Amino acid sequence: MSEENRLNAHNVTLAYGERLIIDDLSVSIPDGKVTVIIGPNACGKSTLLRALARLLKPQAGEVMLDGVEIGKIPTRKVAKRLGLLPQTPIAPQGILVSDLVSRGRTPHQSAFQQWSEVDEEAVLDAMQATQTLDLADRRIEELSGGQRQRVWIAMALAQQTELLLLDEPTTFLDLPHQIEVLNLVRKLNRQQGRTIVVVLHDLNLACRYADHIVAMREGAIVEQGVPKNVITVDVMLRVFGLKCDVITDHLSGTPMVVPAVEDYI
Amino acid sequence: MSDLAKTRVSNAYIWRRNFFSVRLDPRTIWASLALLIAVLIVAIWSISAGDFPMSIADIFASFLGEGQKSHDFVIFKLRLPRLLTGLAVGAAFGMSGAIFQSLARNPLASPDIIGFNSGAALGAVIMIISFGATGFMVAVGAVTGGLLTAILVFVLSWKGGLNPYRLVLVGIGIGFTVYAGVSFLMTRTDIFYAAAAQHWLTGTLNARIWRDVYMTWLGFGLLAPLALGLQMSLNRLEMGDDMARALGIRINIVRSLMALIGVLMVSMAVAGAGPIGFVSLVAGPIARRLTLSSGACLGGAALVGALVLIGADLMGRVAFAAQLPAGVFTAVIGAPFLLWLLATQIRKGAM
Repeated sequence: MSEENRLNAHNVTLAYGERLIIDDLSVSIPDGKVTVIIGPNACGKSTLLRALARLLKPQAGEVMLDGVEIGKIPTRKVAKRLGLLPQTPIAPQGILVSDLVSRGRTPHQSAFQQWSEVDEEAVLDAMQATQTLDLADRRIEELSGGQRQRVWIAMALAQQTELLLLDEPTTFLDLPHQIEVLNLVRKLNRQQGRTIVVVLHDLNLACRYADHIVAMREGAIVEQGVPKNVITVDVMLRVFGLKCDVITDHLSGTPMVVPAVEDYI
Repeated sequence: MSDLAKTRVSNAYIWRRNFFSVRLDPRTIWASLALLIAVLIVAIWSISAGDFPMSIADIFASFLGEGQKSHDFVIFKLRLPRLLTGLAVGAAFGMSGAIFQSLARNPLASPDIIGFNSGAALGAVIMIISFGATGFMVAVGAVTGGLLTAILVFVLSWKGGLNPYRLVLVGIGIGFTVYAGVSFLMTRTDIFYAAAAQHWLTGTLNARIWRDVYMTWLGFGLLAPLALGLQMSLNRLEMGDDMARALGIRINIVRSLMALIGVLMVSMAVAGAGPIGFVSLVAGPIARRLTLSSGACLGGAALVGALVLIGADLMGRVAFAAQLPAGVFTAVIGAPFLLWLLATQIRKGAM
């Protein structure tokens, strides 16, 4: 495991009260890459992401950010380096899109410095990148699911962190909107060099957009690496219990999972 | 270097000087100004109206030190202390209501509904009945009672986190229980103390003296700036714990501090004017609607609270031949509001 990476988990044990979710797991998030975490429901993907974002304290082991245990860094300082978009953030009632995106600047602001020039630039950039500038004066309730998701991502972008963790940002979106969000993720990574970790359900999209895939099952990492090494017939069976064939996506050259046809006879 | 500029991302204005910058939302400013003017009008009206009516000219003359002795007496000994106490108490009720409504993300979670008023009342009544206390010691009793009740409500409704509906239901239950304690004490005491306590329990601004003014303003003046300083963090909390922490908010510290400030504020208000209901409940939602604020609008809620309370006090004095305590009037305005709130919450499927 490479130690040069900025975000690492060492032998973490994660639990909610008595309920053990992850036992003794280590992972290193490659810098400047898009990492996608896949795995069946309730395998601990979101739990791992929460621990990486210091939202869940490990019962054993530690999460290290830039060589320091993340829980020991003041939370505001972490928020300047690492951003997280939870699965179901709550939009304040009646909030305008521009105000919601502006809230991403929170760790950079205080009661005496409520809106600097840098804040303004960051929010404008984030809204341009996500194409939400036209929506600035709309209320969040008026937006479609895809637009809303773009606004949340804009908020996370405005935080201007080099590391960005997204928990299932494509849930509830139709395919074109999923593609739109993931294109945006890739653009942020390629153009701005941000390190991005995404939890995804769709395997084929994961293959397309990931530089690095982490496949989990029952709180443990089964396999990790570049898509074509991880997405194999064998691994799919071990991770999901899924019988399938893996072919090559002729457009992107990445692996593509084709589930086996159930034999009813 | 100082300038006022409009942001390019919203219709807010920014005032900057060196490293300082303040974000000003036009709608909030207009709404606050309108509220301030309304408060001022009701305040002047309150001073002029009553059994001994005075013209505005008389009032100004007295304030300039050129008024008649009788006018000076009525203004400075009777009506001004009553008005100023009412402003501080109303503002404190309003702001603490907005704090708890925001913390619980539910407009029903105002301190008068979830039992904090009753707790403060019990503490105060114990002091009045058992020790014949007045003034400062009543306040000590109220704050102690309010704090203990709040701790009890939070502990009993805590289940791996703060569930708003648990908080509301547990709070209502505790509130009734605590109030039963008040009733019990009333039946066991001397009629003289019982009468004094009962008068206070209705919630009134009657017969306030300057000591009440100093006490309530000192409390509000110390607590309100702290609350306003934490307002930004409070608003981030409304987006869920994970989101708030991801944005760098120390959620447990903010939540505990805000709850403490809110409890102290409401207890102090109860000490100042009795457990007046519904001011806390209505102030926050009205302020949000007026300012179109997307978070808790603490300043606005304080203004609305002050306006509602001195308005209720004024109505109680001028609308009927017999003087009605302010608490009766806030109930007349507040009860239908509560019904409407319950109806809309049920329709939204939130309850």
